[in-house]
Amino acid sequence: MAGVLARVIQRTKPQLGIIGPLVSVGNGNVAVVRFQSADAAPKGKQCGAPISDCDRIFTNLYGRHDWRLKAAMARGDWYMTKEILLKGNDWIVNELKVSGLRGRGGAGFPTGMKWSFMQKPSDGRPKYLVVNADEGEPGTCKDREIMRHDPHKLVEGCLIAGRAIGAIAAYIYIRGEFYNEASNLQVAIAEAYQAGLIGKNACGSGYDFDVYVHRGAGAYICGEETALIESIEGKQGKPRLKPPFPADIGLFGCPTTVNNVETISVSPTICRRGGAWFASFGRLRNHGTKLYNISGHVNTPCTVEEEMSIPLKELIERHAGGVIGGWDNLLAIIPGGSSTPLIPKSVCETVLMDFDALVAAQSAFGTAAIIVMDKSTDIVKAIARLIMFYKHESCGQCTPCREGVSWMNKIIYRMIDGNASPKEIDMLWEISKQIEGHTICALGDGAAWPIQGLIRHFRPELERRMAAYACACGPSKAERLY
Amino acid sequence: MLSSLRTGVQGVLRAASRSIQTSSALQHDSLFVHRDTPQDNPDIPFEFSEANKKRIDALLGIYPEGHKRGAMIPLLDLAQRQSGGWLPISAMHKVAEILNLPRMRVYEVATFYTMFIRRPIGKYHIQVCTTTPCWLRGSDAILKALTEGTQCHVGGNSPCGKFSISEVECLGACVNAPMVQVNDDYYEDLTVDDAKEIVEKLKKDEKPKPGPRSGRFASEPLGGLTSLTEEPTGPGYGLQDGLKS
Repeated sequence: MAGVLARVIQRTKPQLGIIGPLVSVGNGNVAVVRFQSADAAPKGKQCGAPISDCDRIFTNLYGRHDWRLKAAMARGDWYMTKEILLKGNDWIVNELKVSGLRGRGGAGFPTGMKWSFMQKPSDGRPKYLVVNADEGEPGTCKDREIMRHDPHKLVEGCLIAGRAIGAIAAYIYIRGEFYNEASNLQVAIAEAYQAGLIGKNACGSGYDFDVYVHRGAGAYICGEETALIESIEGKQGKPRLKPPFPADIGLFGCPTTVNNVETISVSPTICRRGGAWFASFGRLRNHGTKLYNISGHVNTPCTVEEEMSIPLKELIERHAGGVIGGWDNLLAIIPGGSSTPLIPKSVCETVLMDFDALVAAQSAFGTAAIIVMDKSTDIVKAIARLIMFYKHESCGQCTPCREGVSWMNKIIYRMIDGNASPKEIDMLWEISKQIEGHTICALGDGAAWPIQGLIRHFRPELERRMAAYACACGPSKAERLY
Repeated sequence: MLSSLRTGVQGVLRAASRSIQTSSALQHDSLFVHRDTPQDNPDIPFEFSEANKKRIDALLGIYPEGHKRGAMIPLLDLAQRQSGGWLPISAMHKVAEILNLPRMRVYEVATFYTMFIRRPIGKYHIQVCTTTPCWLRGSDAILKALTEGTQCHVGGNSPCGKFSISEVECLGACVNAPMVQVNDDYYEDLTVDDAKEIVEKLKKDEKPKPGPRSGRFASEPLGGLTSLTEEPTGPGYGLQDGLKS
């Protein structure tokens, strides 16, 4: 789920209450690590550019080659895995820190630091790695391509990440609808077991490690890390209060790290080619390559691996065949999956696709799922449909989200026809602000941000519709009431 | 009941500044409560098949001792597959018995997740994604074609009993929009004609070709690759100094 941890990184709101102080502590850590990783990385890159095929990590993204073990090994998977494991956990974590890899699930938390949280002395409890393959953010479909076409990258990544955090097993939580993808992954795991690459004495390194697949059953909220843990434990997927963080008490009450599929899948290549190689891509603090999903009104929607910090316009024109009807027909873009606020065409001209540039543009990088909308789009309907999605997927645990998203849904569906009062725009903004930051997990934030993006950039459009409605049908009921 | 009361109050007091606010009755696609019906009541026996019993043992094996409850979702899924795509209440009871849990714990899970369907449905469950990325590419037309082709309204069964259609949220194939899922398979890059063809094939119990319909294999751009045109590099390409012996 995009933006799960984004709140921790980006915001220090006083109303976070009890976790407020911890949030600021976390922020301090982020800054420290950013500084460290920046030291090792080459400086001065201003923006990303298209990369060559030999620097792409997911070489079988489009399924043009065989995904099974033998072919995967021919493409370089499982090469020197034993040597990497024998280098030890400090070496692996350091490579990840040098690489500057930030979590690919939406929040962008530095992965090396997340793994280093797990290196406390053991208290006798086992540790677990959980891989979040519950991909459900509208616009996002990158993990699916990894699991069905390059599953061995994920399995090998589980082993290396498991070694880095000292885990005994990995649980891959894959969304229930991905039946064929889960089946490919299961076959890949069976192949790896048979070849002795995982299981007892994995790769001959003397380290025991199991990988299990757990299929979910259709709940977007299970993409939130603590909800995902609850779901593996066989309960309703309702997020837990943090702290305690999963690194202390996670799956089955044991220390746990939850990572996105893409984060785990790139880690073997980072270890093989070196953190400095990965850090040579992208701008400062936004290193590496990334899978982008380009959907919506483009000529050739596609998933593509490109460098971080690539200009949005170049990405769309080069890989997605441009916006339908030409770039001038562009209305707005949702740059990072449904949770992120939309950006209008004027911003799209120059914005770079990375964490910092999109935050500066009052949006977020999320999962890099680009949803393009051209001028034929009913923009209010598009956002309203997203709010309907959040209303459906709210787990119902926190009142601001459960009730607030329903209210937002009711109001914004009236606004499609303009059957609302202009005063309600501010009211809607206020509701979204009352949801944001007042819930256990970030689903509330994710529901509030699209509304805020719409009001920020398309307020005149909303007012125009209301005026048109008032002209045609007389003052709306809301106008008469308020 | 409350909503009719609310409508009544609104009718009488049109000038009332705020109506009574109630939570919506249908948060989920279906009602949470169970009502006994001839097809679905606790008296109908349910037993896992021998093949599924072996699967259950394998599934229970992946969760540590004391946390066997983790197998709840996989077991419910098995039960649903065995019962023809929906989950009868007696199957939930059986799962509770296997996991040694109060029945309520199973009801909680079965009502929370959208993939557990607690009413009899058709042989082909067509799930149409209508979330924004699919909607932008014309999922409304696909949904219309499917409902007309099967004579089935959203959330119901067709008169022939073979089809059920649901409008679902994002299924995670957005670059292949619009798409539908029929049982376990994804049908992507659909046009209205494709949707009609899928329905016709299913009516004859043939399996339509899954995957993208636009001529591409997966999620690559249609009409020529823009990346990954070279052969993949072999093992050891660009190996870092730290690993060279």
